[in-house]
Amino acid sequence: MNLFTLLRLALRVISRNKARAMLTVLGIVIGVAAVIAMVALGAGAQQNIAKQIASLGSNLIIIIPGTTNIAGVRGGGGSSTTVDVDDIDALRREVKSITHLAPANRQQVQIVAGDANWGTTVQGTTPAFYVVRDWRTDVGTEHSELDEAAHNKVCVLGKTVAAQLFGTDDPIDQWVRIKKVPFRVIGVLSSKGQSPMGQDQDDTVVIPFSVFRQRLAGTQRDQIQVAYAAALDADSSQAAVDEMTAVLRQRHHLRESADDDFSIRNLADMAAASREVADSMTLLLGSIAGVSLLVGGIGIMNTMLVSVTERTREIGIRLAVGAKSRDILVQFLVEAVVLSAFGGAIGVFVGWLVARLLNDATGWVTIFDPSVAALAFLVSGAVGVFFGFWPARRAAQLDPIDALRYE
Amino acid sequence: MSQVPVIDAENLQKVYGAGGTPVVALDHVTLQVHQGEFVAVVGASGSGKSTFMNLIGLLDRPTGGALRLDGVDVAKLTPNQRAAVRNRKVGFVFQGFNLLRRTSALENVELPLLYAGVSAHERAEAAKRALTQVGLGERMGHMPNELSGGQQQRVAIARALVNQPALLLADEPTGNLDSTTTREILKLFVDLNVNHGITVVIVTHENDVAAVSRRVVQFKDGRVVMDGPPPAEWTPAVPAPWHAASTTPASEVA
Ligand SMILES: Nc1ncnc2c1ncn2[C@@H]1O[C@H](COP(=O)(O)OP(=O)(O)O)[C@@H](O)[C@H]1O
Ligand SMILES: [Mg+2]
Repeated sequence: MNLFTLLRLALRVISRNKARAMLTVLGIVIGVAAVIAMVALGAGAQQNIAKQIASLGSNLIIIIPGTTNIAGVRGGGGSSTTVDVDDIDALRREVKSITHLAPANRQQVQIVAGDANWGTTVQGTTPAFYVVRDWRTDVGTEHSELDEAAHNKVCVLGKTVAAQLFGTDDPIDQWVRIKKVPFRVIGVLSSKGQSPMGQDQDDTVVIPFSVFRQRLAGTQRDQIQVAYAAALDADSSQAAVDEMTAVLRQRHHLRESADDDFSIRNLADMAAASREVADSMTLLLGSIAGVSLLVGGIGIMNTMLVSVTERTREIGIRLAVGAKSRDILVQFLVEAVVLSAFGGAIGVFVGWLVARLLNDATGWVTIFDPSVAALAFLVSGAVGVFFGFWPARRAAQLDPIDALRYE
Repeated sequence: MSQVPVIDAENLQKVYGAGGTPVVALDHVTLQVHQGEFVAVVGASGSGKSTFMNLIGLLDRPTGGALRLDGVDVAKLTPNQRAAVRNRKVGFVFQGFNLLRRTSALENVELPLLYAGVSAHERAEAAKRALTQVGLGERMGHMPNELSGGQQQRVAIARALVNQPALLLADEPTGNLDSTTTREILKLFVDLNVNHGITVVIVTHENDVAAVSRRVVQFKDGRVVMDGPPPAEWTPAVPAPWHAASTTPASEVA
């Protein structure tokens, strides 16, 4: 019998009892759909994280005082006071594998422009910031070393702040007030979108570091909340981290056994952290898929066993007119595979639908991967072969006369 | 014709019930059937007729003795070779028809060709020919449950014939049929035997059916107790060419 005939036969038998077929493949449908939907969600999340990490700037290294957790950027944020401006100067002087270093201190402020006013984060930082964060102005200019030296009260607005204060008007050369100090707007930053922590990075105002120290820092004027460094290139990123760590440990007189009282993370660390999350997610998905396919496979085995018993006479008739035991085996195997592949196909479709609906309903990015769908489909087919084999073999091993006499 | 016999059973034995009390269904049956013969197997219920037929049709295996089909010792055949014999050499007709349910007459008849590896087109052609031959040219698309008993048996006969076997085995083929239908089926068997040279072995417990044959083999308690032409007092249900030689010109009465 050729494959076409076998498939037609299988489809006919299955379509005779549609309700049973649907119930039989339900396990496989649910398993495959869950995997497809979750892989789509995971891939979407992964892409988001990758994009956000990339948005931090290339070859970026972040220095934070105090000890922080693995994620590298969380906590920190000025909660400790272990890194000061002299440390920054020393790093600039002594570490050769970084090109730029920008300390950045921040503060929550109300910023006022005419009638409008907006609560945002002001960041005092040096011109290196724009390079290190790979964050340039769309409109106007960045502030310069001259502005730093002259303590010029100029500011560069994030997209969100510009929109809140000036709407569609051109903000350049307009005046805003931060803590009653008037600043002249000289530029607007390009849009960065969300940070990996989910904050709106565009909701910020950048002012010269020197001005921040003088006007906003108060008593903490020497402390550094965070510093951004750019490594020479991606390869020297780890070396830069090691060198900076050595310099800071020495300056802080830390003993061999003592932990760092600061943390320095590069993008590779952050990417690794997010990959770890992704990996454990994959493992979870894998086990869900495995369990549901196992359950689905057992469902198929059960149905096929019932089917073989019910159709014993049919098998007898086929053997009587010349079917070889192999013909019977293949017939039932094809039936099992068609059944499970059918479940797999429905599962892929349902999974895709769920991913799309989730995307529409919640805005979570989902990425449907056709190769995952193809794999899930193939695996469900393989489940059919595996769990269909035993029932099919039972059918094939029947004796013609016993099968014909079966009541 | 000193040919090799189509069926050559030698001390054929079948004992049922490996556990408990064994039942001897066939007790050293020795029998030869030659090409072109029309044989009726008769005997009381339980005398071993079906057991014998199932062994000849390779549906079952003997527990003793030897069976040769066209000179081939069937004990030496592999399972696949046995399947091939069932497929091509022997056509089997059952009392209960044994058609596949929810499968059209045409597809039922195609079944042996399917396992013979015949292409779809040729399958349909040959099956149509066989159905036409048995007088069912118009009912090919019908399901078995849409056909009368006689029509179902014709489908089963067409299925038995479609691979052009040399041997047709029928185990009480008319047992479930009324007398009119029985005569039609018997005419068909006579035609197949006379005009197509097919060797026919038919089991029956009705004298008039047995009388159609040229040779009657009677079973009793698993043994052959009589083997010869049908007794003259039996009236054949349908006429056959060989009756002309004998006394009764059979039923014109019908
Ligand atoms: N599968 C079986 N298991 C046990 N005994 C059987 C089986 N088939 C037939 N028999 C016995 O074998 C004997 C012959 O049966 P069978 O060949 O069917 O007789 P017939 O067809 O002449 O009526 C009977 O006694 C019957 O009870
Ligand atoms: Mg019987």
